[in-house]
Amino acid sequence: MGARLIIKGGLVVDPSQKLESARDLFIEDGRISKKFSPEGAEVFDAKGCWVVPGLVDMHVHLREPGREGEETIATGTAAAAAGGVTCVLAMPNTEPPVDNTALLGFLQAKARTEATVGVVFAAAATLGQKGEQLTEIRRLKDLGAGAISDDGRPIMDSELMRRALEHCRDAGLLLIDHAEDLNLSSGFAMNEGAASAAKGLRGAPWPAETVHVLRDIALCELTGAPVHIAHISCSQSVEAIRQAKRQGLPISAEAAPHHFTLIDADIPGYDANYKMNPPLRAKSDREAILEGLSDGTIDAIATDHAPHGLGKKALGLALAPCGVIGLETSLALSLQLVAKKIISRKRLVELMSCAPARLLGLKSKGSLKPGSDADVTLIDANAGWTVPTKFISKSSNSPFVGMKLKGRAKATIVAGRVVHAL
Amino acid sequence: MSSSEIETILDAAASFKKSKAPKDLAGRFLAFLFSEPSTRTRTSFEVAARNLSAEVLGFSTASSSLLKGESLLDTIKNLEAMGVEYFVVRNEVSGVLEPLAGQTSASLINAGDGAHEHPTQALLDIFTLREKKGAIKGLKVVIVGDIAHSRVARSNIHGLTKLGAKVTVCGPRALVPSGIEKLGASVSHDLDNALQGADAVNVLRLQLERQEQNLVTSLPDYYQSFGLTPERLAKVPDCVVLHPGPMNRGVEISSEVADGPQSAILEQVANGVLVRMAVLSLIQQWRTHGR
Repeated sequence: MGARLIIKGGLVVDPSQKLESARDLFIEDGRISKKFSPEGAEVFDAKGCWVVPGLVDMHVHLREPGREGEETIATGTAAAAAGGVTCVLAMPNTEPPVDNTALLGFLQAKARTEATVGVVFAAAATLGQKGEQLTEIRRLKDLGAGAISDDGRPIMDSELMRRALEHCRDAGLLLIDHAEDLNLSSGFAMNEGAASAAKGLRGAPWPAETVHVLRDIALCELTGAPVHIAHISCSQSVEAIRQAKRQGLPISAEAAPHHFTLIDADIPGYDANYKMNPPLRAKSDREAILEGLSDGTIDAIATDHAPHGLGKKALGLALAPCGVIGLETSLALSLQLVAKKIISRKRLVELMSCAPARLLGLKSKGSLKPGSDADVTLIDANAGWTVPTKFISKSSNSPFVGMKLKGRAKATIVAGRVVHAL
Repeated sequence: MSSSEIETILDAAASFKKSKAPKDLAGRFLAFLFSEPSTRTRTSFEVAARNLSAEVLGFSTASSSLLKGESLLDTIKNLEAMGVEYFVVRNEVSGVLEPLAGQTSASLINAGDGAHEHPTQALLDIFTLREKKGAIKGLKVVIVGDIAHSRVARSNIHGLTKLGAKVTVCGPRALVPSGIEKLGASVSHDLDNALQGADAVNVLRLQLERQEQNLVTSLPDYYQSFGLTPERLAKVPDCVVLHPGPMNRGVEISSEVADGPQSAILEQVANGVLVRMAVLSLIQQWRTHGR
């Protein structure tokens, strides 16, 4: 008999079983178990908490290899644990990019010893993410790649995108596209609109995203391959995906907390902690994303956690690189949507756990059914806290510093082990 | 900047026109940090500083490296450590001064940042208009040209609207950013219409590279729609013509207009020195006595 843990007295919320009721959760040998006798078992008090399948963040940059000064597998996954996230999809735009089995295998081995939470690595779609030659998609899949993506860069060549989708369909891997027409977005510092006009900065107009979303929908229909749109930001893209889903196409999308919380008009001065790609959009775009999260058009909440060092962000809005961190604030920002009754408790868990696990084909995650991995997040929805200036992440480039939030992860359990507890 | 602060600067500039320059900046060091070429702004500031007896140092900072914002701060801090109190900064990046301001106790004077602001240019434009028209309140001012890339346009909109003028920005759609009306200007794409009843027109320089970017189709095509021609100006005989320079004669303005009786372009240049003296002298007063 192995290690036994009982999570006692919480409200179990598990959309995968259509479950929302007060009950105890049983864990044995790193898996969710049927009820067993409490004798000799460790008990974790979950009174006042929601007990949900561990959160899966399908868009995270761990910066390893190449930029270990800004984040590592160890620090990024520690930040994930603190945020209630039990599994992350690490994006392949590292230096060098994860475009071959040797590097993928090396990172997997490193994660096994250094990661606090589960890490699945996405592999690049093209060698060097240059948008020219496809990677060995099948062999990457066989080694355990979780998805294929040139994230950070769009696949501009539509013919190449078509072939990538065909190979992904053959391999049974999800292709995640960073939808951006680089000509339309050239030189942007923020969204194109009144705020960029006032600051005298180059803006990216919404079609920079939507043109590629519409292309991806067309290629999805042509190839029958699932396409996942990363970090969707514009109302027109949300509407395009809504229509495509109505046609029954295998298209999915994620939204980031910054896009459903902030708009371009919120950017104070030239503060680069508000700079990311795609940029913060208009009020109507934020509202469309909230609607998409609520009505099922948008499948998942993902952070696009993108650590950058202080020096780079000090360059200001025009020159600083894009990206903000998000692992430690994502759950709390999403809980605001539940508090405002924009989404239900169950929908939150669907968006942050069940759906991303399903999209990535992680069959033993995103559920608390007996036999599933014992990845569990305990949420105290009433805990008030202020986002600190210092994070567990190695970087602190967040626009939410100082914000007062309600709700956070009381405890994070990965494979039956408590990796974070308040 | 509030309207009363603007008036304070304009009044100080007016006083320098009448009286001999004081030695307000005697023994104090002022450095230029220009990463873009500039003849008149740079010279105008230098003459202004020397009139006030300042010690003037010139530098050109490296351009077009990702880290230029960082090295700019390093440069300022190093020079500050040597006793330089004033920096006149020109940079091609919008907003480049903002993150620097909190990190130095020296005074940073914006001589143009990207497409964001060029405050002393707007002040001298407004000073010139006030001299010509008596007051700014109620004036109708048209700014014509490449609004999207113009720091002169933005600073003029801010200053003029604060003092009660009505501002219309005018140009082809590709050069007028949507949302600019939120700054308080109305938008036109028809120069003849916009000029009706105008008290002044500020003609912006058209960078010739805009054609390569397809933001204008050709220079003659641009001139036909948005060039300030004698024919257009003849319909508004009381309209004062301004241009921040340097001019592309025959592109955005005809030579006849530029050198004609309605042009105040050389007065602008002369007034620029007075306005910059006023700015430097007031900053010196604020540094010693507080605002």
